[in-house]
Amino acid sequence: MHSFVYRLNGLLTFSVTILAIMCAITSLSDNLHTPSPSAEIQVMNINWFQKQPQGNDEVSLTMNISADLQTLFTWNTKQLFIFVAAEYETPKNSLNQVSLWDAIIPSKEHAKFWIHTSNKYRFVDQGNNLRGKEFNLTLHWHVMPKTGKMFADKIVLTGYSFPEEYR
Amino acid sequence: MKEGRSLSDIFSLFASPLHFHMDWQGQKLAEQIMQIMLLVSAVIAFVAGYVLGSFQVMMIVYAGGVTLTALITVPNWPFFNHHPLNWLDPSEAEKHPKPQVTVSSKKKGSKK
Repeated sequence: MHSFVYRLNGLLTFSVTILAIMCAITSLSDNLHTPSPSAEIQVMNINWFQKQPQGNDEVSLTMNISADLQTLFTWNTKQLFIFVAAEYETPKNSLNQVSLWDAIIPSKEHAKFWIHTSNKYRFVDQGNNLRGKEFNLTLHWHVMPKTGKMFADKIVLTGYSFPEEYR
Repeated sequence: MKEGRSLSDIFSLFASPLHFHMDWQGQKLAEQIMQIMLLVSAVIAFVAGYVLGSFQVMMIVYAGGVTLTALITVPNWPFFNHHPLNWLDPSEAEKHPKPQVTVSSKKKGSKK
């Protein structure tokens, strides 16, 4: 530590290294946190259910999504990215996942909500397999941290099905 | 010899911290203080942030700790110079010439 500039350099280097270690420990502290989220999705209405000219099925539905995701927030959470996907099986694909709606929740106060909405993104099948098909609706969430590792998880809600005929 | 010493003392009192007057003991002390203070600020900042559940609190407390450490350890404060090295006065050095290794030594007449 021989001169002013030498000491200043040493201080800056060491303080930034310690800052990196602090951020790593902060991210690790998220593993101690056990959340308990809950959600419910009701399909209020199938608006229409048609076969496109290309031969693919398309459906438009209105959902009522309500959830309490407040326990997912920690001191190291920047925001929550959530989306609702429909999952079903077809002869061609063992698993189809179609994203219907998504949102960003910026803070804990906004994490307990309900929303009445039609699907934000089009629900189009690869083929025409949807008549009478049973499907699950899953609510996925990505907990985006201020620093460190991102956690993702989901809730699967079963028991939904399409109408037997186009309408 | 006493004269030279008091002069350098007075000089170091008025010298600004940017002059390079930190002695070896002072350098060691500055380094130790810096390392300890930075680690302690980090620990206090993390605990404060975790307990209060605020990332921002952690960052602000740590930034404050780093600034405080910088103010204490980086400039050349006088308390880092309590064990100064007293270099020999030039007039003294001439009275005790360096020993010559070779036999043939040029003897200059003492012209003062």
